[in-house]
Amino acid sequence: MSEVPSMDEATSAAQGASSLVIDIRGATKVFNPGKSNQVEALGEIDLSVGPGEFITLIGPSGCGKSTLLRLVASLIPPSAGTVQVNGKPAEQARLDRDYGMAFQTAGLFDWRSVTKNIELPLELMGWSRGARRRRVAEMLEMVKLSEFANHHPSELSGGMQQRVAIARALSFSPSLLLMDEPFGALDEMTREHMQDELLRIWEETETTVVFVTHSIPEAVYLSTRAIVMSPRPGGIASIIDVDLGDRNASTRDDPAFFTKVTEVRTALRKVEE
Amino acid sequence: MNALKGFSAPIVTGVVLLGLWEGVLALLDPKGFVLPAPSEIVGALIDNWDAVFQGARITGFVAVSGLIAGIILGILAALLVTRFRTANETITPLAVAVNAIPIIALAPIFNNWFGLTSPRSNQAIVVALVFFPIFINTTRGLSQVDRSQIELMESYAASRSRITREVRIPNAMPFFFTALKLAASLAVIAAIVAEYFGGRQDALGPMITQSAGLTRYDDAWAAVLAGTAIGAVLYFAVIVLERVAMPWNSLVRNPK
Ligand SMILES: Nc1ncnc2c1ncn2[C@@H]1O[C@H](COP(=O)(O)OP(=O)(O)OP(=O)(O)O)[C@@H](O)[C@H]1O
Ligand SMILES: [Mg+2]
Repeated sequence: MSEVPSMDEATSAAQGASSLVIDIRGATKVFNPGKSNQVEALGEIDLSVGPGEFITLIGPSGCGKSTLLRLVASLIPPSAGTVQVNGKPAEQARLDRDYGMAFQTAGLFDWRSVTKNIELPLELMGWSRGARRRRVAEMLEMVKLSEFANHHPSELSGGMQQRVAIARALSFSPSLLLMDEPFGALDEMTREHMQDELLRIWEETETTVVFVTHSIPEAVYLSTRAIVMSPRPGGIASIIDVDLGDRNASTRDDPAFFTKVTEVRTALRKVEE
Repeated sequence: MNALKGFSAPIVTGVVLLGLWEGVLALLDPKGFVLPAPSEIVGALIDNWDAVFQGARITGFVAVSGLIAGIILGILAALLVTRFRTANETITPLAVAVNAIPIIALAPIFNNWFGLTSPRSNQAIVVALVFFPIFINTTRGLSQVDRSQIELMESYAASRSRITREVRIPNAMPFFFTALKLAASLAVIAAIVAEYFGGRQDALGPMITQSAGLTRYDDAWAAVLAGTAIGAVLYFAVIVLERVAMPWNSLVRNPK
């Protein structure tokens, strides 16, 4: 009798597992295995992300940040190990459209207006026209681009395009948002503005975010946890709990902010040695 | 109409050039058979209007029907090649090999296959010439897609055919229209040159060779003018079609 777990224990164990948004165990990625151009992009990765977390991935170029994000998105399969999203295999989560994505290039479709770009995922999910238009209006309001609803992407600035891409990623209220250097191409002022927008959206919608960046201040400002990655093969070097709480204009001048910036920078130096 | 914008400059240029041509010939007064003046060509065109018009109809039909068939085949092949690996491995080398043949040189041979006075051989030449640029450019447009756009569609669990429709085809449109502008002129050239070797005898091609053979150069030029008109109409139609099919493209090229 005693070896059989009680009903309660079994249930709580199951809940413990399923309350994780991302659960990566022993995942590795080798590109072109067995060929002369074989690349060991990721060593064994273990990572758990809970609901409502804001995770940033930071590390030297080529350390596998984008690869890790693609594994979570199930755009590529792991070479070994498992990747679970919302308690199911990442592949299933992708088919269930559990996450939204945004990349460094906005990746908007020139042939669609701003409205139709944001609508695209909703169209694919079979939303009715009325429901789509209502949601797009809300989204445009959120990213403050309502006047540009019928413009085409090429008529917008880079920052505005990136806001459209974020509105598109959020349009169907995914529980998980995966972002690969989404603000990398923006100037510093727009970038800080977009960071505040993103935090506001994150708080309002209670989504979980995984965010790749090259910028230490950005990682510290945004994240609840910053994950510092090391190269060859890509791995997690250290995890730094940040969480500056409510962020506003003065946060960037706060000593607590600088302490964390130093902490992340020190971790990165070690990795790059 | 928005689609017609930007045509005034070439029209003015054309009128000025014609004026120069006429004026220089009037001043220097060389023998008329070397190069007839525009007024003489127009005169010959009016005198032979029925025959030239009939010739233009026949040649125009060969060019347009061949062009359309070449476009359809080129697009179908491009879609097949981008969709199926085996199709790519068989069709692409074949198309490249066929393109290395000087197709126009096949005209007398095609005449044997289809009958000396049948327009079919001429249509076949047009199709063969139009196919390649359409096929190559459309294939390039279908496959040279921003990787993040494809990944985005995959992240929405979009099907392959949906990705083709939403991303690959719109992406291929500018490539396709670039090829189509080339192919439209090529179709008329191919039709007339093919007609030199056979097909219907009242088409523009035979009209040019026969008039030139009889040193009636103004008649020959009238037929060339009719061929030019067909080419110009086709090119113009392609440009209008391009603007209608891709209203976003002018924004991309001239951002405000
Ligand atoms: N599709 C692929 N095929 C082969 N190798 C790849 C592929 N994608 C990534 N790699 C390799 O995997 C390694 C990690 O690449 P990845 O793009 O994940 O790095 P990254 O941390 O995102 O870099 P960056 O900061 O420059 O964006 C690199 O060595 C890269 O060359
Ligand atoms: Mg990257």
